[in-house]
Amino acid sequence: MSRRANMLFALVLAPVMSLAASGKVLAEEAQRWAVNMPRGVTSVSNAIYDIHMIAFWICVVIGIGVFGVMFYSMYAHRKSRGAVAANFHENTTAEVVWTIIPALILIVMCIPATSTLLKVYDTSEAEMDIKITAYQWKWQYEYLGEEVVFMSELATPETEIYNTAPKSQYYLQEVSEPLVIPVNTKVRFLITAKDVIHSWWVPDFAVKKDAIPGMVNETWTSVDEPGVYRGECAELCGQGHAFMPIVVNVLEKEEYNAWLSEKKIEVAAIRELTKKTFTLDELMAKGEEAYNRSCASCHMANGEGIPGVFPGLKGSAVATGDISKHLDMVVNGVAGTAMQAFGGQLSEVDLAAIITYERNAWGNDTGDAVQPIDVLKFKQGQ
Amino acid sequence: MAHGPAKGIGRWLFTTNHKDIGTLYLWFSFAMFLLGGSFAMIIRAELFEPGMQIIRPEFFNQMTTMHGLVMVFGAIMPAFVGLANWMIPMMIGAPDMALPRMNNLSFWILPFAFALMASTLFMEGGAPNFGWTFYAPLSTTYAPDTVNFFIFAVHIMGASSIMGSINIIATVLNMRAPGMTLMKMPMFVWTWLITAFLLIAVMPVLAGAVTMMLMDINFGTSFFDAAGGGDPVLFQHVFWFFGHPEVYIIILPAFGVISHIIPTFSRKPLFGYSSMVYATASIAFLSFIVWAHHMFLVGMPIGGELYFMYATMLIAIPTAAKVFNWISTMFRGSMTFETPMLFAIAFVILFTIGGFTGVMVAIAPADVQYHDSYFVVAHFHYVMVAGAVFSGTAAVYYWLPKWCGRMYDESMAKVQFWVSFVGFNVTFFPQHFLGLAGMPRRYADYALQFSDWNMVSSIGAFMYGASQLLFLFIVIRTIRSGTPVSEPKVWEGAEGLEWTLATPVPYHTFSTPPEVK
Amino acid sequence: MPTNPVRATLVKLVVGAAGMFLFALFVMPPLYDVFCEVTGIGGKTGSAYQVSEAGVDTSRTVKVQFVATNNGAMPWEFTPKVYEVRVHPGEPTEAIFYAKNRTNRAMVAQAIPNVTPFGAAEYFHKTECFCFNQQPLDAGSDADLPLVFIVDRDLPKAINTITLSYTLFDVTDRVDGAVAQLN
Repeated sequence: MSRRANMLFALVLAPVMSLAASGKVLAEEAQRWAVNMPRGVTSVSNAIYDIHMIAFWICVVIGIGVFGVMFYSMYAHRKSRGAVAANFHENTTAEVVWTIIPALILIVMCIPATSTLLKVYDTSEAEMDIKITAYQWKWQYEYLGEEVVFMSELATPETEIYNTAPKSQYYLQEVSEPLVIPVNTKVRFLITAKDVIHSWWVPDFAVKKDAIPGMVNETWTSVDEPGVYRGECAELCGQGHAFMPIVVNVLEKEEYNAWLSEKKIEVAAIRELTKKTFTLDELMAKGEEAYNRSCASCHMANGEGIPGVFPGLKGSAVATGDISKHLDMVVNGVAGTAMQAFGGQLSEVDLAAIITYERNAWGNDTGDAVQPIDVLKFKQGQ
Repeated sequence: MAHGPAKGIGRWLFTTNHKDIGTLYLWFSFAMFLLGGSFAMIIRAELFEPGMQIIRPEFFNQMTTMHGLVMVFGAIMPAFVGLANWMIPMMIGAPDMALPRMNNLSFWILPFAFALMASTLFMEGGAPNFGWTFYAPLSTTYAPDTVNFFIFAVHIMGASSIMGSINIIATVLNMRAPGMTLMKMPMFVWTWLITAFLLIAVMPVLAGAVTMMLMDINFGTSFFDAAGGGDPVLFQHVFWFFGHPEVYIIILPAFGVISHIIPTFSRKPLFGYSSMVYATASIAFLSFIVWAHHMFLVGMPIGGELYFMYATMLIAIPTAAKVFNWISTMFRGSMTFETPMLFAIAFVILFTIGGFTGVMVAIAPADVQYHDSYFVVAHFHYVMVAGAVFSGTAAVYYWLPKWCGRMYDESMAKVQFWVSFVGFNVTFFPQHFLGLAGMPRRYADYALQFSDWNMVSSIGAFMYGASQLLFLFIVIRTIRSGTPVSEPKVWEGAEGLEWTLATPVPYHTFSTPPEVK
Repeated sequence: MPTNPVRATLVKLVVGAAGMFLFALFVMPPLYDVFCEVTGIGGKTGSAYQVSEAGVDTSRTVKVQFVATNNGAMPWEFTPKVYEVRVHPGEPTEAIFYAKNRTNRAMVAQAIPNVTPFGAAEYFHKTECFCFNQQPLDAGSDADLPLVFIVDRDLPKAINTITLSYTLFDVTDRVDGAVAQLN
């Protein structure tokens, strides 16, 4: 190309390219007034960005050509300028030409499209597998083989959504616990859903796949740069569709390994307890034994306590009312009274069994079954 | 035998006259357009700023669903059926449609069906809230009880479409004036003939889909329920087997209208008549074999995905040919720019832009980023609003003077055109940006980086909505007090049998078939 | 007024429309199922497999992973006992899933299998599987649910990892009388 043509090309292209270049992801700050897809941080996202731009430019050039002819005609061939209508109304050569040329352009576009699609589909030789389960309206992430599993739900408070509190920087894009993966590692995702169809989408990775109940879909990514990347649910799934974002924390490998070890310990503790989920009958049996061991000395085996000294539990507001209040009194005790904080004394299993027993014995019959995991969660929530 | 119309409400309830029935369809479709439009105004008002200001997310989902259903099935399809009823008999020199009483039934079940569907807004559980594409199991296991009314309404309006299509085919194949061979038919008739075959092929498939839904919901079957050995993805295949031809059903008659308006205002015959016919037929045929491009992310094997990508890109070829033919019609013509022509030119430009984004979304790997985002919303609004709705508006400006013998106010109509054009583009062009930036569709609320273009889009929407109220005003004013027109050829460049009739057209026309050379 | 040709057209089109409706209702679903079963698309695996005398291919090892999901509000504990095994194509292998009914009422479950990648589904055979039948469990009971599978020797060389997942559905309400049969 001549120098002048080069300059012209650059002049036209430069502002647009810088716009496009600014689409290169700023991992921590999403842009306002964004007009283009992010380049993203994976080889697939870059390949998709490239083919998107190729298609875009081809359309722009064709558009300029076609609309150019049309606008020219609207100017030159108007009756008010004295134009007299010609009479031609067919031309087979023209028809053939403008059938063949678009066909060729499309065929040419299919080549990078095909190779990029093959890349998108290549889940082989993955280094780790993560199962993603979509719920109404949150995500569950499970690291297969590592026994690490946790929920990830929207962390933005309702007050921000309903405009009684100002919106924070990551409004609707923050979660209780992000997905964590290592950089430069091929991660395979197994995606399914628990209820209706959802879709897991992280634009910076160019990963999107439908989550379908009863079926497992697979896709993959390998992220080139550490950072925090945010995504969205991309299939209408009910009222919470806009309220179940995705956050992925991509760490350097050593940091990831450290995170994973910590997580495994935390999850193992929970799993121990979660494994021991008891039926109501089991809790009652264990609860009676533990109650008689640890509580009956004051509250009496018949739950009636000693009036004026130790409150009765039979028919009491605490034992039949709000469970968290009940948990609070047993775990944390009641300051200024003889009721101790049993949270540090008894295991979660015992505590759960006792509370369950108290809520159902002596005609209390609430039907509540408190599990050890509930006690753990209550303790952790404090 | 021919006498004037009956008097009073009885005229409209019992009419078998194609002109009256066309009028009923057109007024009904415009009322539905305003209804669907008000749902859109609620949507855009809520999306004006981030946060939930006006409605709750559950209701937002009802608004997006009802907007889609009402616009597709209540506004755009009946509008073009109305145009078909008015124009096809006159264009082929026939006295009326082949089955006039079935024609009346085809119309009157529609207000009933849409009243039923709209009434679900006031029932417990609310209106359908699962998107106009109603995927299972959101629309089966997780649907509100009102879903059964939705299914019933869909069956009724499907029956209306099928009966209408049978009427159109029977009329066109059997009642053309002597000498009018198929390849001498006007383009609007050709496009409707082909569209009618598409409708007969695929509306029953939609009926099948909603019947399977009905059975899963109420009779314990498991078509779409994995627990019983069924598959939610089967729903998508059946739906889109209907759904893709459906979008061509929407656009082909619109193409037909443009093929009348551009030659008229260019004072030059349509360029490439036979290739326009073949292109329309190819588009219709191809529309059956590309449906899964709406499903690129369900987890299709790569072979299937590549096939659907290639087949979809093929459709661009006959469609592009049509655009080139329209421009060649204009080229070296003698053009004037009355309002119908303005809308037709805007159609060519904006539909082509929608076609470009259509080719982009057909590229399966790129669709990983576009699918279910606002980029797709922008694409289909360009082809359906700037495409079909602009074409329908153009048709009304073009043919209204013929129907009622009065001319609309050209200056006011040009204002209406420009406000529509600008309003439309301000609404939908920024939605491309939103989709590319990562905003999914059917979102009641959004992260802060999407705020700016959403506000712009909402402003455009209010502008566009206002322009439709102006359109209503212009039409009513024209009918009541527009300048009288009495030339048969209302427009200097108009050709065709319908332009040989008196203006306004008599209640009964072509009781004796004309001769066509 | 031409009625006979019009009537002929009317009849043909009504028959056509009715035909398309019946096609959608009675041909599309079975066609879809057959297509999925034959090609393995969608990850659907077939019913019980009859073992043939093809022998074991010891030159190849394939990793088979096991994944379990509860559908909806299904409250059972449901996990694979082992997360993955390595097998030779042609070698019958047993895997066990653990299920526990944590509630205080008898329930019936149905496990639905799915294989990824879809190209592997037609090469993944189950000779015995708990998914062939519904699983009733009394309140508080648990069970080891076995399956025996064989990876076909003809599994494409490009596939080295197969993931078998089960989704567990609560079908208690669909099963007449089965609940009464418990205890």
